[in-house]
Amino acid sequence: MELSYYPGCTLKTRAKNFEDSAIASIAALGVNLKELPRWNCCGAVYSLADDDLIHQLAPVRDLIRVKEQGQGKVVVLCSLCFNTLKRANMLMRNNAEKRGTLNSFMDEEVDYNGEVEVVHLLEVLRDDIGWKTVSDRLKVPLKNLKLAPYYGCMLLRPKEVAIDQVERPTILHQLLRALGAEPIDFPFATKCCGAFQAVGNREVALESAWNILSSAVSWQAEALVLSCPLCDFNLAGKQEELKQKYREFKGIPTLYFTQLLALAFGLDSKVCRFELNYQDPQPLLESKGLL
Amino acid sequence: MDRRIGVYICHCGLNIAGTVDVAEVARYAGTLDSVVISRDYRYMCSDVGQELIKKDIKELELNRVVVAACSPRMHELTFRNACRDAGLNPYLYEHANIREQCSWPHTDRELATNKAKALVRAAVRRVYYNEPLEVKEAPVNPNVLVVGGGIAGIQAALDIANGEHKVYLVEREPSIGGHMIQLDRTFPTLDCSECILTPKMTEVRQHPFINLLAYSEVEEVSGFVGKFKVKVRKKARFVDESKCTGCGVCEQKCPWKTDSEFEAGLAKRKAIYIPFPQAVPNIATIDKKLCVYFKTGKCRACEKFCEAGAIDFNQVDQIIEVEVGSIIIATGYDIFDPRLMPQYGYGRYDNILTGLEFERMTSAGGPTGGKVLLKNGKEPESVAIVHCVGSRDKNYHEYCSRVCCMYGLKYAHLLRELTKAEVYEMYIDMRSFGEGYEEFYERVSREGVNFIRGKVAEIAADPVDGKLIVYCTDTVIGKALRVCVDMVILCPALKARSDTEQVAKTFTINRRADGFFLERHVKLDPVATPTDGIFIAGCCEGPKDIPDTVAQASAAASKVLSLISKGRITLESAIATVDETRCLGCGRCEESCTFHAPKVVAKNGVMVSEINETLCKGCGTCAVVCPSGAMSIKHFTRQQITSVVEALTEA
Repeated sequence: MELSYYPGCTLKTRAKNFEDSAIASIAALGVNLKELPRWNCCGAVYSLADDDLIHQLAPVRDLIRVKEQGQGKVVVLCSLCFNTLKRANMLMRNNAEKRGTLNSFMDEEVDYNGEVEVVHLLEVLRDDIGWKTVSDRLKVPLKNLKLAPYYGCMLLRPKEVAIDQVERPTILHQLLRALGAEPIDFPFATKCCGAFQAVGNREVALESAWNILSSAVSWQAEALVLSCPLCDFNLAGKQEELKQKYREFKGIPTLYFTQLLALAFGLDSKVCRFELNYQDPQPLLESKGLL
Repeated sequence: MDRRIGVYICHCGLNIAGTVDVAEVARYAGTLDSVVISRDYRYMCSDVGQELIKKDIKELELNRVVVAACSPRMHELTFRNACRDAGLNPYLYEHANIREQCSWPHTDRELATNKAKALVRAAVRRVYYNEPLEVKEAPVNPNVLVVGGGIAGIQAALDIANGEHKVYLVEREPSIGGHMIQLDRTFPTLDCSECILTPKMTEVRQHPFINLLAYSEVEEVSGFVGKFKVKVRKKARFVDESKCTGCGVCEQKCPWKTDSEFEAGLAKRKAIYIPFPQAVPNIATIDKKLCVYFKTGKCRACEKFCEAGAIDFNQVDQIIEVEVGSIIIATGYDIFDPRLMPQYGYGRYDNILTGLEFERMTSAGGPTGGKVLLKNGKEPESVAIVHCVGSRDKNYHEYCSRVCCMYGLKYAHLLRELTKAEVYEMYIDMRSFGEGYEEFYERVSREGVNFIRGKVAEIAADPVDGKLIVYCTDTVIGKALRVCVDMVILCPALKARSDTEQVAKTFTINRRADGFFLERHVKLDPVATPTDGIFIAGCCEGPKDIPDTVAQASAAASKVLSLISKGRITLESAIATVDETRCLGCGRCEESCTFHAPKVVAKNGVMVSEINETLCKGCGTCAVVCPSGAMSIKHFTRQQITSVVEALTEA
């Protein structure tokens, strides 16, 4: 199976560990992620201003690229890109007036009416591949690993774009169980990581991160599992600051779910690019005999 | 006979006159064929307006009348009666709706006036062909069916039976009592629910005019007001009601257990059981799904120990047919399943209870003997009461469940009285609207209860000590709170019964968008339904507290009693009629009629259809299926309908 794939800027730079591990592990399941040609920025955040149509151009152009490929579906990895593209797609499907304005503004492009389906890689794993196929491919079950599945907000809100039940999602739990790991239930799994507050309101973002991390630790999680580079930046990238602020905090590694897939499938750990993780997960993985 | 038609155009204040040029419509009506007089008047429905018609009928010898006014649902009867009073057959009257169907929805004065003219023209053409019809009456069967044996059904049944009319009270469960018998104390007076309900239950049991059909369900209803035929399925209890003494030995000996419905799952009951000590009737019932004898053919422990020899494994369901003149539906409500809101952790974490579970816990006869206890047997040191679980929430039920604020306050009071616990009341708005309710709120707020105004977002359990953490925003101080407690009581929404759709079909009544039964008029006819002779009472009509339920039950009973005391109903005059010279006797009318009115019989050696006039509702189905055109509906003849269509399609 070949699927059209939209990477986004962060996956080509700071979150290369996310992209490389994803492409390799999905290939191991017989799916070829084919990068979209001429893709541009997703818009980075979905604009909520009613008359701010110019911000919708970037995501809609990406969707037009997919349409041009003759593909009905585009797979996205980064939660933020997923959210922005899917909501722009909804706008194009449901709002005839704005659709007309955008299409006539981009007169050099083919008209777009929301024909493409935007899906997250987790949905592909659940709906197209299936947990059983994932389990069958298992080489190194992630035994004795207590993991905190962290969903953040972008996979679930607003509920129209959610990939799972909004109040109590289970899709990451299901994946981790399929990989032989032990997912924990902690109440901060869907709480905001601090997001862009990290730029202008550092204290608020730090407090959000602390609430999430300390909750995961008290639920005896050994690592957090993520699907968003911005969450990673806030939750893992800020841990040194948190350690200084809260002396009892010893730190907790974070992993992209795709890195765990690669490990569990017994792929070369180089594809995981652990050197890019803010908090090195390798000591933990070694102690569990997974590296 | 020459037609002499009078036409009256109503202004309805400015309701019609504001959009329609009524004087012009009246002038136009005066030019129509056979119209003798045409007037416009400010309020035709007033006494003066009606007198105008009566006077014209006498002085101008009118023999047909048309009024163009509001919907015929409002005033058709008024004007028919006015005609009757002036000696004119009421069916020689015709009503044109130029308010709901003309002045209200339209804004363009000229177009609206033209439309009003067309509607009046159609009514005038039609009334030309109207024929006088005989108005017949039929007796009302004074027996009454009450469906549902909760407080609403009990109250309605007693009110009617005390007037010495026979009541069949049908209850689905093994005992009557409904939700109210499960409650501990009732707000705001804190009197014991059982203590005030059990005397009424006993009265039902002993009442010579009440025939209690417990553990039974209504299967089929046919007929109409004054003459319903009802089939009731009396489910097999596998216990002979005439022999069982309710001693309870069978229950003690039965080895098979399941969660007790009465105790809201906080205790177990046996496969053979009497749901609670004050059950009415006090007769054991075997739960066929649980009983091992029905699965393996072995056990029969209950039979061995039953001194009365009441156990009868061969019992089968019985179908009982009853004839009644009116029906009261009081089927109650279901409780919203808080598992549908997984963020509240119900079913996943210990010590999160629903309101009903807590009622059983504080009840002196309940599984904990009235003690508030955690799973570990200790008393809680802190309790949160969460309002609006599934109510006032677009994702579940948009409406307010009306009782939760008050029972939430009652729980706070009981917790302060029975334990030393710190109590948090988490509410959106405090709605304490009934008699003594606001005073009760005032009282509880002085009892050291913490009131937090805000909807609870999530409830989590601490992984170490198992304490519950309630996440909530206090909107008064604008802060997000985490409140750590030992116990959480959820106040789930009251929702329409899961089988409301089926019940609505059985009784031919309607439901509102929120699922509850639809009343005939939300303000002015709240216990009647659009189906004559069928009334609703209690929570099947929408969430309400006990005082409102009882008031509604008595209201429904009084509606039924006035039907019985009049003793007769006016039959529909606009019914089917057969032209025997054209009838082929094919029987299609008989097949198509849901009321079983037509029947093919032999007359002078020819098979022809005959209409039972008391059964016919004038729906017109038979006239549509009749291949020879022999069947027609009085007051809706082909000529009458064609004249209207022609008048409306004229330019």
